Amino acid sequence: MTPAVVAMSIIFVIVLAGTLIGLRAGKGREMNLEEWSIAGRSFGLLFMWLLMAGEIYTTFAFLGASGWAYSRGGPALYIMAYITLGYVVSFYILPYIWELGQRHGLQTQSDFFERRYGSRFLPLLVSLVGVLFVIPYLQIQLTGLGIIVQVASFDQIPRTVSMLIAVCVVAMFVYFGGMRSVAWVSVLKDLLMIVAALSIGIFVPWHYFGGVSPMFHALAAAHPTHLVMPGATKTMGHGWFISTVVLSACGFYMWPHTFGAAFTARNGDILRRNAIVTPLYTLSLVFILITGFAAVLIVPGLPNGDMSLLVLARKTFPAWFLGVIGGAGALTAMVPAAIILLTASTLFAKNVFRPVFAAQMSEDSVARLAKVMVLVLALTSFWLALHSSTTLVALLLLGYAGVTQFFPGVVLGLFWGRVTSAGVIAGLLVGLALASFLMFSHRDPFFGLNAGFVALVLNFVVTIGVSFSTRPQVNPLPLPAEERP
Amino acid sequence: MQRPSLIAVIIGLIPFLGMCFTVPWWDRVSPMIFGLPFNLFWLMLWIVLSSVCMALAHRVEQSRRKKGPTTP
Repeated sequence: MTPAVVAMSIIFVIVLAGTLIGLRAGKGREMNLEEWSIAGRSFGLLFMWLLMAGEIYTTFAFLGASGWAYSRGGPALYIMAYITLGYVVSFYILPYIWELGQRHGLQTQSDFFERRYGSRFLPLLVSLVGVLFVIPYLQIQLTGLGIIVQVASFDQIPRTVSMLIAVCVVAMFVYFGGMRSVAWVSVLKDLLMIVAALSIGIFVPWHYFGGVSPMFHALAAAHPTHLVMPGATKTMGHGWFISTVVLSACGFYMWPHTFGAAFTARNGDILRRNAIVTPLYTLSLVFILITGFAAVLIVPGLPNGDMSLLVLARKTFPAWFLGVIGGAGALTAMVPAAIILLTASTLFAKNVFRPVFAAQMSEDSVARLAKVMVLVLALTSFWLALHSSTTLVALLLLGYAGVTQFFPGVVLGLFWGRVTSAGVIAGLLVGLALASFLMFSHRDPFFGLNAGFVALVLNFVVTIGVSFSTRPQVNPLPLPAEERP
Repeated sequence: MQRPSLIAVIIGLIPFLGMCFTVPWWDRVSPMIFGLPFNLFWLMLWIVLSSVCMALAHRVEQSRRKKGPTTP
């Protein structure tokens, strides 16, 4: 057997095992919309942690983080900071969202906007924008899968074919499984991912340099500026770091799927305890960054930094272990892709299609439409992944610049009674317009600051300004403290 | 669940100071600690400290809920 066959067979077995575990978990439960999309609000701390880690540690963390450490250097450290601070922010937001979800039967992000602001236009806008901006996130996962198969098959299977296979597997999985299946596959995925991260991050520096310390000394001697900001870039200095970390930490739970994860918890305290435990998991990213830094010296000159971790693994390990790493990578792409597809399609069916086209639709028809949307969204992102060539991190930053514009509407909606729907709509539109303009006209970073952050600041100003100049509204979703006279 | 207390919010700002706003002071390679560049080591340290801060904030909220005014 050639190394390519060995590696690919092992990846295949791992993906198959993951799929079977997932599908078994969903068996024997009645699949209504609430069970399929938010697992019937039943998750405890362990499952919550699995689901959240499943959402966060995606191909982006695996290939994108090492890719940036390789191609950009110091700026890649932003990833460790923003994920940790994203959990810090979640501590102050998610338990309240859960509480309101429980009391008022909310299932999606746009349910929250609909009930809080009593507007018909706002939830529609939120859903459409949400679905639109998760597409780059979905594209990250497919591109990652494509890279994995390409490297593990020793360039014998073209990326297009492997992405097509990946799309089919993920879509089938979501179609038949649902959210509970996804959380179960996360078990296997996280286990493999930790094994892969530790073995590469420890073995590679030891094998080539005799340890982590000699590796960093060699790198600092060969490329003195690579390890600090702005690293290999010209624009990603400290201003960029601060603005990007603040933007991404605020946006961490503004994705439709991460926001929606709050509803799967059994109670609000689970979400607080999750914010205590989960930051520690970010430590595993250190090993992945180390791999990217080591690759600068060992496999220099790769055309695409996102390939660095796998190319290094292929050079260092026997084929079967490349298969294990590739399999771990494949699951880290499939699990988040499945969660995103599930949430985005529910959002489209329930909060865009039903209110606009068929107000009388039953929950069952919504569930059926959502499953059709799974296929539509999967194929759309497949098409986009074929036609774009940006890095994984660039795609993620684009998505963050978009979804974080929900942040003022969520935070002010929870804690400030004076905010009005007109204010939120105006702020959201201005923020989205500015973020898109700056990013698509290549003005990001804007005067050294992340373009999405600049848009977020203006969004806050406009939301508050317009709220003060419109008539006060009654808050239909008050927190308990405000109910007392 | 009442809105977060001021003390809990202040505790939540500490990790932002440590990992984000102070970046010009810790973004350097030397001194290397445990073989890691100083900035990487600093972030690892603050990941652990952030978890500690969250545990503290949780304590604060927990004790407030126990003795705090109950909603009718």
